[in-house]
Amino acid sequence: MSGVLVVMEQRAGVLNRMSLEALAAGQQLAAKVGGGCVAAVVSEAGGLKVAGVEKVYSVEHALLKDYTSDGYVDALEQLVKKVQPSYVLFPHTYQVRDFAPALATRFMQVLISDATAIHDGPVFVRQLLQGKLNADYKQTGDGPCFVSVQAGSFRADAEAGADAAVEVFTPELNAGMIRNKPGEPFRESAQTVDLSAAPVIVSVGRGIGEESNISIVEELATALGAEMAASRPICDNGWLPMERQVGSSGQTVSPKLYLAVGISGAIQHLVGMKGSKAVIAINKDENAPIFEVADYGVVGDLFEIVPALTKAVLAAKS
Amino acid sequence: MKILVAIKQVPERDAQIRVAADGKWIDEDDLSYTINEPDAYALEEALQLKEKNGGEVVVVCAGPERVTSTLREALAKGADRAIHIEADDLGERDTLGIAQMLADAMKGEAADLILTGLQSDDLGLGQTGVVLAELLGIPHATIIMQVEKTDSGLRVKRELEDGWFQHVEMPLPALLTIQSGGNKLRYATLMGIKKAKTKETATVTASAAGAKAVSLEKVYLPEKQKKTEMLTGTPAEIATQLVEKLKFEVRVL
Ligand SMILES: Cc1cc2nc3c(=O)[nH]c(=O)nc-3n(C[C@H](O)[C@H](O)[C@H](O)COP(=O)(O)OP(=O)(O)OC[C@H]3O[C@@H](n4cnc5c(N)ncnc54)[C@H](O)[C@@H]3O)c2cc1C
Repeated sequence: MSGVLVVMEQRAGVLNRMSLEALAAGQQLAAKVGGGCVAAVVSEAGGLKVAGVEKVYSVEHALLKDYTSDGYVDALEQLVKKVQPSYVLFPHTYQVRDFAPALATRFMQVLISDATAIHDGPVFVRQLLQGKLNADYKQTGDGPCFVSVQAGSFRADAEAGADAAVEVFTPELNAGMIRNKPGEPFRESAQTVDLSAAPVIVSVGRGIGEESNISIVEELATALGAEMAASRPICDNGWLPMERQVGSSGQTVSPKLYLAVGISGAIQHLVGMKGSKAVIAINKDENAPIFEVADYGVVGDLFEIVPALTKAVLAAKS
Repeated sequence: MKILVAIKQVPERDAQIRVAADGKWIDEDDLSYTINEPDAYALEEALQLKEKNGGEVVVVCAGPERVTSTLREALAKGADRAIHIEADDLGERDTLGIAQMLADAMKGEAADLILTGLQSDDLGLGQTGVVLAELLGIPHATIIMQVEKTDSGLRVKRELEDGWFQHVEMPLPALLTIQSGGNKLRYATLMGIKKAKTKETATVTASAAGAKAVSLEKVYLPEKQKKTEMLTGTPAEIATQLVEKLKFEVRVL
């Protein structure tokens, strides 16, 4: 057992950005532990190019056309047994969340999920309590170590170099062992609100407490000529429509100003708004992770700060 | 349909978190606890499935004595029975150890469906359900928003990234990890709370913790990477400073 195997994710023949970040993490890890870095891509018929590694395994089978956990776990179990890497890295995508824990179980190992950094040891850093704390994890078992990496934690290399040599790997799969029948992906309904173009966004989170309080944030948004957005729990509760949700399961925005009110800053929210030019956060908890991405921060009660700000904005405009 | 719901007790969301003296976990002394939020949605889904299709809902929770309050609350909301896996050493077990404990307690129940939340609010590993399904040898699907019983099994709605969804058909028995927001959560009624007192909670003892595959070595406050300019003063003073920033730095006013 040696080296690092990075399992990359493709959709319709395109590798996603998080896979390139996972590859960067794999290279970083390989530099620490030695043994080199190879990649794998699972697909129906191969044809994908990966740069910056020694070799890429193209895991190909007709039964891998549509993603199923059963198909992926069986195929990758066979690949890991063949390649014998010390570490297997993945991007922490929805798909990886669906199969990688089961794959690790096949080897009686535990996936270290959603890692944000890799230190010497190697020690894998991940967040606890939705980003309030960090934790260091180490592998103590002696099989391959499975790790998924968080979006945005590693910088994908722009100049990746030459395309890697491809080795086709055909796993033994049979249709009978694939128990789930996946349907085509779909979107709920046509989106009528496009937040991606909004120059100013005022976003409200669970700190607002009750639906009837949302009006104080709406007044601020109106004063600023801003679009309203929200964190997931606000939309889950039906206090604002789903299409105003920002984050990994909502919209991705990059306004001139993103003003976050009573939002803690969980990673699934941050990935949707990290690209904003300026971020202002109002939160009563000085340790809230939202301050990690904020240019200006106010630690305080939103019920005092927001009305005062609305008043000041209106005064400045008149 | 017999449905088992694995629920976890986690620190209350607004709890003041302090790192414990040994640096290996958080100080649990005066924390208050509640049901893990996605697990509350898993319980809600189970109760609604039972209301539509009949059957039984059994809640299962591993942990020390204090977790029985979360089990009681689930009974008050409408679960029929509870199983408490008594274990004071959850920190000594990794995901595989926890899932094994749940599998041992669930095997004899021969459930049609097992539900869990998609991840916990404290550890956030998001794997217990998937590992449990693998140990039990049943199919699973994750990040589920809706569940429908069909003639051949289930049809579930899986959330994908960026506002996409997908339907998946699967046979029973199966395990699903439930995402928040698919249903509206119910409150326990007074009647429900009364009834809960007559419902059965079985206590089973967890087998001894085995060797871990991964270990949590240290917890700590994240180091701030970014320079955030913190504005202080009275609300009016803060508002004045913010307006200055909006005018001259951010330039949106
Ligand atoms: C697969 C998956 C996908 C997800 N997708 C998304 C997504 O797309 N978008 C998203 O947002 N989330 C998403 N989530 C949920 C995410 O993990 C968090 O749970 C969510 O973002 C938390 O929302 P919040 O910050 O509003 O609430 P909380 O985390 O509860 O934070 C509330 C904040 O308000 C503060 N507060 C409370 N009272 C006051 C007051 N009076 N004044 C000032 N501040 C106050 C608190 O200090 C706290 O920081 C997803 C989760 C999963 C697992």
